[in-house]
Amino acid sequence: MAEPTGIQTAHPVEHVHHEELGFWRTYVFSTDHKTIAKQFLFLGLFMMVIGGLLALMLRWQLAWPETAVPGFGWVPEPYMFEGIIPPETYNMLFTMHATIMIFFVIMPILVGCFGNFLIPLMIGARDMAFPTLNMLSFWVGAVAGVVMLTGFFVPGGHAATGWTAYAPLSAKAIYTGVDWGQNLWCISLIILAISSMMGSINYITTIINMRAPGMTWFRLPLVIWSLFIVAILLLLALPVLTSGLAMLLFDRMAGTHFFLPEGGGEPLLWQHLFWFFGHPEVYVLILPAMGVASDVLSTFSRKPIFGYRSMVYALIGIAFLSWLVWGHHMFQSGMNPALGTSFMISTMIIAVPSAIKTFNWLGTLYGGSIRFTTPMLNTLAFISMFVIGGLSGIFMASTPVDMFIHDTYFIVAHIHYVVFGGSIFGLFAAIYYWFPKMFGRMMNEPLGKIHFWLTFVAFNCVFIPMHILGVGGMMRRIYNPTQYEFLASLQPINVFITISAIVLGLAQIPFVINFFWSLFAGKEAGRNPWQANTLEWSAPSPPPHGNWGEKIPVVYHGPYEYSVPEVAEDYLPQDSPLVVPALAKH
Amino acid sequence: MLEYLKLETWLPENVSTYGAEIDFLFYVIYYITGVAFILVAAAMVAFLIIFRHREGRRARYVHGNTVLEIVWTVGTALIVIVLGIMSEPLWARIKQQVPPSDIQVRVTGKQFNWEILYPGPDGKFETADDVQMDNELHVPVNRVVQVFLTSKDVIHSFFLPNLRLKQDALPGRTIQAWFEATKPGVYEIPCAELCGFGHSGMLGYLTVHSAKDYEKWVKEQWPQS
Ligand code: HEM
Ligand SMILES: [Cu+2]
Ligand SMILES: [Cu+2]
Repeated sequence: MAEPTGIQTAHPVEHVHHEELGFWRTYVFSTDHKTIAKQFLFLGLFMMVIGGLLALMLRWQLAWPETAVPGFGWVPEPYMFEGIIPPETYNMLFTMHATIMIFFVIMPILVGCFGNFLIPLMIGARDMAFPTLNMLSFWVGAVAGVVMLTGFFVPGGHAATGWTAYAPLSAKAIYTGVDWGQNLWCISLIILAISSMMGSINYITTIINMRAPGMTWFRLPLVIWSLFIVAILLLLALPVLTSGLAMLLFDRMAGTHFFLPEGGGEPLLWQHLFWFFGHPEVYVLILPAMGVASDVLSTFSRKPIFGYRSMVYALIGIAFLSWLVWGHHMFQSGMNPALGTSFMISTMIIAVPSAIKTFNWLGTLYGGSIRFTTPMLNTLAFISMFVIGGLSGIFMASTPVDMFIHDTYFIVAHIHYVVFGGSIFGLFAAIYYWFPKMFGRMMNEPLGKIHFWLTFVAFNCVFIPMHILGVGGMMRRIYNPTQYEFLASLQPINVFITISAIVLGLAQIPFVINFFWSLFAGKEAGRNPWQANTLEWSAPSPPPHGNWGEKIPVVYHGPYEYSVPEVAEDYLPQDSPLVVPALAKH
Repeated sequence: MLEYLKLETWLPENVSTYGAEIDFLFYVIYYITGVAFILVAAAMVAFLIIFRHREGRRARYVHGNTVLEIVWTVGTALIVIVLGIMSEPLWARIKQQVPPSDIQVRVTGKQFNWEILYPGPDGKFETADDVQMDNELHVPVNRVVQVFLTSKDVIHSFFLPNLRLKQDALPGRTIQAWFEATKPGVYEIPCAELCGFGHSGMLGYLTVHSAKDYEKWVKEQWPQS
């Protein structure tokens, strides 16, 4: 066959997109990956407000137990008593705070939004492999969100067994007094899992099949590698969660005894199923942020990422090992302690690829020419906070030490250093970095920096002291720490944390202002405002339907060729046909 | 100021034999991770200052360094594996090898109390001289105490902060745990696993008696023997 030059590429392949699609197909039931990405973004940001408010209510109770939360006098009994939170409601609040933040904020934004937005644009495809499935994935996810929010309004209140929903507490309504709340919780997560499955299949297929000419596996940006791995993790982990949830629903509604010992069931079975999903899930939350960090770091250090291949292998290593460590959540659960030892060893080993990534990020900074833009600041925060979270993981990996700190605020501190310090700073880095591509306008830098510094300082004021509470033995998920004598001396720390948390909440106001103001009045971005290499910057901002006009870009280089000696500029776009001798080696 | 950085400023007082060893391991990990953090943070801050953007200076064009990458991979792996090896024997001793003892109690969690069952002078459970108390665990100092843990409803977690012991109590099975207290006094026994609306405040008391006090307490409970 003849080379498909001239004729084929000059042909207006995408002529179908010039048709008028109308309001509904353009903005609501769109199959364009960029519109779907924005839908996920707005869903996630909306849910973040709810999740954040729930957290502030929790903190109020912990600092000033059983006093009225200001502004909440209107909530009817028995959910609140003139603004005072009763213990049943407190349990509901932390359950829903975590559920919403994990499943309806971080996953929709980091995986749903940025997965959708970046994969086609960075691999040089016009859209996802299955655009209709993609649209369905969002709308099924939105239904899951509605079902989840409905749970707040049913009699008995929402689920109150923690995001981990340990059976038998979760398996029988009499143990909590929550009936349909917990059922809807299960149903919503099953629906959400279906949505994520559709997304994952799409991501995997697209990355395998639709890379532009020249886009070899080892020319993929690390953020795409991480999203690819995340999609595989989700594809394999979610069926286990859905099976567990279905069994839980049967126990609750059909009288089965999968997790209830009185009928021959096994409470630990739930924990095994949950954490077999749950540990890969925490990597689902962090890997996309690691990918974002790698890309942003390289761009603003104007330097190739250090150890690209070892970064890829570390990602694969983490993905593989994450199937072998779930038991570290169950050291004190009554699981055979000999098994605990093997899970301790595998957990220690999973710290190694995380360390490799950290050292590689440091190596990238070394010798760079570093620009402190807002996305870069958020990335630097991601790296340093992730280091703290990874190091605190080692305490808990040691089984004897975990015996003391398990189920204390030490765990809460760890979670938040990896998930807020890691995923959320990664998420902010991604929003500040790709906002110009998404909406065609720059976000405001001074406002961004104010947002960053307030968030960074307040975040540490909230979560560093939680390590101390944990070392002091304060249990997680308790309603009122002043009921315990051995915690009395720690109460001032709780007050300090709550005040800092309020500041942390207020610190998000500049972000909201910046986001909406820039949407309409930000400076026009142009194609490549950061002078970056990857393919999305070769498309117009925002990219049209089909992303590139007539011609798909052809890829000649890796994604991180910054400051190549023979090139005058300090960047070399992946689709630049320039032949550079120095590159021959790589 | 520096004492705020010491773990013992924050840790509840330790009054158990193996608690001291747990605290030692806690310290080892604390120092190792502390040094690692300081090194990483210092390197990062230094790089950010030294390599900040300045007019006319270009970033170095390097893609990695295989030797360096092997060194830090192997170095990290060695440290974490040594920590694992250090942890194993202590863990095995606490959770796998319950030492023999004639002081035994059954502890049963239920929403929202600890039911403590004493076997009485005959040393056997489910006999006429058993005595059950809610939330009150009495033991002698310097003696191994065996605990048979179970639950009547949901999962609870038997937590003795001052003895560094934590073990979940599961419905449908009995789990053995043990401790040896080294100092008389009264210590709290919170529940550490979410067990419902009364989880917070589910609280028992461990009374560690001196040998003589313990004898007196036994006499009071079982006067006929
Ligand atoms: C260096 C790597 C890490 C190690 C060694 C580690 C170790 C552990 C261990 C042993 C636990 C269980 C503690 C307990 O309940 O007693 C735990 C809990 C947890 N980890 Fe990590 N971890 C690491 C990294 C991460 C990352 C990257 C994330 C997520 C982004 C993460 C998220 C969590 C969460 C959410 C929990 C608590 C789950 C819960 O009980 O609610 N961890 N980690
Ligand atoms: Cu885990
Ligand atoms: Cu409890």
